Amino acid sequence: MKTVSLTLNINGADVTTAVEPRETLADVLRERLTMTATHVGCEHGACGACSVEVDGKIVRSCLMLGVMAEGRGVVTLEGLSDDPVIAVLRRTFHEKHAVQCGFCTPGMLMMARDLLKNRHVTSERDVRDGMAGQICRCTGYAGIVRAILAAAEELRRTSAGAPASA
Amino acid sequence: MKPAPFAYARPASLDDALRMLSADAGDAMPIAGGQSLVPLLALRMSAAERLVDIGRLDALRHVAETASTVTIGAGITHAEIEDGRVPDPANGLMRRIASGIAYRAIRNQGTIGGSVALADPAADWPSCLIALRAVAKIAGPNGERHLAVTDLIEGIFATGLAPAELIVGFDIPKLAPTVRVGFAKVARKTGAFAMSLAIVVLDGADTRVVLGGASTRPLTLAHTSAALVTADAREAALRDAIARDLDTIDDLDAYAHRLHTATILRATAEARAS
Repeated sequence: MKTVSLTLNINGADVTTAVEPRETLADVLRERLTMTATHVGCEHGACGACSVEVDGKIVRSCLMLGVMAEGRGVVTLEGLSDDPVIAVLRRTFHEKHAVQCGFCTPGMLMMARDLLKNRHVTSERDVRDGMAGQICRCTGYAGIVRAILAAAEELRRTSAGAPASA
Repeated sequence: MKPAPFAYARPASLDDALRMLSADAGDAMPIAGGQSLVPLLALRMSAAERLVDIGRLDALRHVAETASTVTIGAGITHAEIEDGRVPDPANGLMRRIASGIAYRAIRNQGTIGGSVALADPAADWPSCLIALRAVAKIAGPNGERHLAVTDLIEGIFATGLAPAELIVGFDIPKLAPTVRVGFAKVARKTGAFAMSLAIVVLDGADTRVVLGGASTRPLTLAHTSAALVTADAREAALRDAIARDLDTIDDLDAYAHRLHTATILRATAEARAS
């Protein structure tokens, strides 16, 4: 198959690889770059397991072609090991039993981080609305919702995850 | 679930995009946010020899406001409308509708122009823009033409766009502050496509009701709209008018009939209370 050379900025570093234009960003990350924190579940935008950030906005990497991300800043979970919001979420997911098989977890963390950074999350309803596009087939969501609420409360008490504006 | 191979180009200007699309007419396809097209390609329900990426064209992101009209570029995302980053011609209706489209991750990438060009009968923007009497600005090899969104959308995934034409933006008349609007939508879960969505615009003799998700395209309900011109139309009269409108739709079962009636009544109640 005919490939093109593609340079992506991923987690702050430029990476060049050969891709076919038809490859989604999720497939480029996983298959070309062996960055497997981004999971691929439904491949049509329904499950949210492949959520990544592009230019500071949460997107589905299965609904964006790799070539469409050229010149943009891509952030995956691999690049967030020192992120203060992820640090809190990682702990509350553990404490509140929000992980079972773990397949949805990377997408849950990416989306929860986006939600906590951009919205005032104070109720279970806020969490369930904000996370409605993330599918988990094990936990029944109760632990995930509790974990995100606990993280929201903790971040409110510190300054780490406060939204920039109301 | 992988698309068939295609070539990809990202033109730097609208003119270049139009040239590429007309050079490959029939084989080339524009892609903006890709939130519907990428999965349709992956499912092989759609195919192209070449994708022309129009997602970064400044010409499609033009926003303007006059005393009577708001112009929103086709490349403006649902999230930008949700966040109030463009003026709302309908007293907040567009912001609210934007916030209920799919999920935030999809709203960050999907565009209003793409939604109309796809013409999914259950999508939010076609119904909304028809209710607001929006006019699409369409660029093509022979220059620009203007077409009301209600005339542009022809059926399920079918529009009057020629292969080498692009929607550039929408001119949307501003509602007077006295005009009241209501919106109701029922979906299986948060973010899913609507099973029924109703938009009511109470604007005196120009009152209109648009129903989405019920037929091959959004419907302007003639009987219901007329009944609502009478400001205090009783619910029984309203239900009669709704039934007459729904009777014109093929293959509507009893459940769908009740569902659409409920969304129309709810949108009406909201408009009246606003």
